[in-house]
Amino acid sequence: MNPPRAVYLDFPLGHTAGKQDDKALQRKIMIDTLSALDSIQVPGTIRELPYRWASDDAWKDRVMRPDPASSGKQTDERVARVETPQYQSEDDRVAALATLADGGCKTCVFLEDRKP
Amino acid sequence: MTREYVDYIERTRAQYAHLGYPPYTWVHNDDVPPFTPLAKALQNCRVALIASGGIYRVGQIAFHFKDDFSYREIATNTRREALRATHFAYDLTDARTDPNVVFPLDTLQDLARLSRIGELAANAYTFMGGIYSARKVRDILAPAIADALTKDEVDVAILVPV
Repeated sequence: MNPPRAVYLDFPLGHTAGKQDDKALQRKIMIDTLSALDSIQVPGTIRELPYRWASDDAWKDRVMRPDPASSGKQTDERVARVETPQYQSEDDRVAALATLADGGCKTCVFLEDRKP
Repeated sequence: MTREYVDYIERTRAQYAHLGYPPYTWVHNDDVPPFTPLAKALQNCRVALIASGGIYRVGQIAFHFKDDFSYREIATNTRREALRATHFAYDLTDARTDPNVVFPLDTLQDLARLSRIGELAANAYTFMGGIYSARKVRDILAPAIADALTKDEVDVAILVPV
């Protein structure tokens, strides 16, 4: 990516906009993000936000690294790359099928590949 | 402030090499990005939310995990109880408990109520960012979302990647 303006939050993947159920922190992060819209003047600037995930950075040692307690040899533990919808729950699948039966999902936009 | 960042690219290289895959060709953008100064106060801006964390709403078709470059339109008055998360590349536990960690919808609605922004656009746009083909994102998905934002007449867009 190469956005005109960016703010960077040094949190674990899956927490781009803050910590779970911490509304006050989420709001501070978004206010800082919005303020970058008019305070960043140089294209491509990345401003780091001051918030910390934890008092130390121990979480960073475990990112994409095998559990040291495991047998040693790294195996492929990645989630399978399948082409069927991956619902959070079975109820979601049922709800989507009901939408499809009722004329289709108008808010699901499937784009056509245009090979160059 | 000096601190060490997680070297995701290097760790991904190491993981893929270990699994016997050739190295992934990462996108590298050296151009100066297009830049438009903010023309009005944030308090008067219509704000768009675009997020790549795999968020969908109950009743929609979920994302799949093999180069899915489709997107979902989610009404911004959707309650968080109706939001779901699916993605192959991050721990979904917190996003499934509180979608605001990757899809700050309540956060932005609260700021609109507090008049920190003018309003949130009627629709947010979401996709599942684990798309290996940079070409599909650059040439198909990004222009389609940009067209939608033009139709929605938004003033600014907040992109929330995962």
